[in-house]
Amino acid sequence: MGMMDFLFYLFSLIVVLACAGVISVRNQVYSVLLLILAFFNAAGLLILIGAEFMAMMFVIVYVGAVAVLFLFVVMMLETSETPRGNGLKQYMPAALAVLGLVSLEAMLYLFAGPSDFQTIQLPAHPENLSNVQSIAAVLYSDYFYIFQLVGLVLLLAMIAAITLTQQHCKEVRRQNVDVQVACRAEDRVRLVKVKPKTERES
Amino acid sequence: MTITLWHFIALCVLVFSIGVVGLFLNRRNLIMILLSLEVILLGVSILLVAAARYQGQVAGEIFALVVLAVAAAEAALGLALLMLIYRKFNKIAATTLREMRG
Repeated sequence: MGMMDFLFYLFSLIVVLACAGVISVRNQVYSVLLLILAFFNAAGLLILIGAEFMAMMFVIVYVGAVAVLFLFVVMMLETSETPRGNGLKQYMPAALAVLGLVSLEAMLYLFAGPSDFQTIQLPAHPENLSNVQSIAAVLYSDYFYIFQLVGLVLLLAMIAAITLTQQHCKEVRRQNVDVQVACRAEDRVRLVKVKPKTERES
Repeated sequence: MTITLWHFIALCVLVFSIGVVGLFLNRRNLIMILLSLEVILLGVSILLVAAARYQGQVAGEIFALVVLAVAAAEAALGLALLMLIYRKFNKIAATTLREMRG
């Protein structure tokens, strides 16, 4: 049993245990922290098979952005009054049915599918070409439109999240640029002809 | 015996199934639903990258990148909606969201 086998089993054991913890721990802060543990070990698994770029993306995007966002919301909201649903028995058959179907298909594929799953070896990286370089070579050429589309999705999500959570406070006086620009001198100053009065007339 | 794609498929099916069970187990709690979705997406992304590496294709890693971006967008939107729900109802149990029910 080589080093790679040992590391694979170690990382995957931690991933599975952490994921099981995520869905079963009552305290949601612990749940998010276990999710971070699972992400780190998934990144370790990816490094193990030579996908360094995706491993770093896992750490940066999942741990650095998504998990921190979750942690922020979990700590900000009051979560003590959200008990676990007691309709567990009612929905357990559906859960088990879905789970059984997925497992059955996976087992069929694993044991009766293409037989080279067990024999195919991990191909080495091409000469003088790291994982990042081989991704960059196709990401900006073959998959350029997908890349742009992903950027659009992220922009849309950002705009939507900001507009959803924005609060308008009524007390704050805001500058209305349109009104200011459209304002003319006649709106503000009115010139009136006034007859001069002298003392003799009165 | 070395680690093959077979092992990765088994691992990812396990992680995916854990996520699906969590979805049903915690269906009252919106935060736990979002966390279960993250677990499901984690399994899918690992499988995509592993399949790409074992086949020697880079395309799978690009798809995993897309899944990553969509997961980030989904988390941001889900948590924004969560904030709105909390502001309106002062709790985040999914059972309070039955205003549309006649």
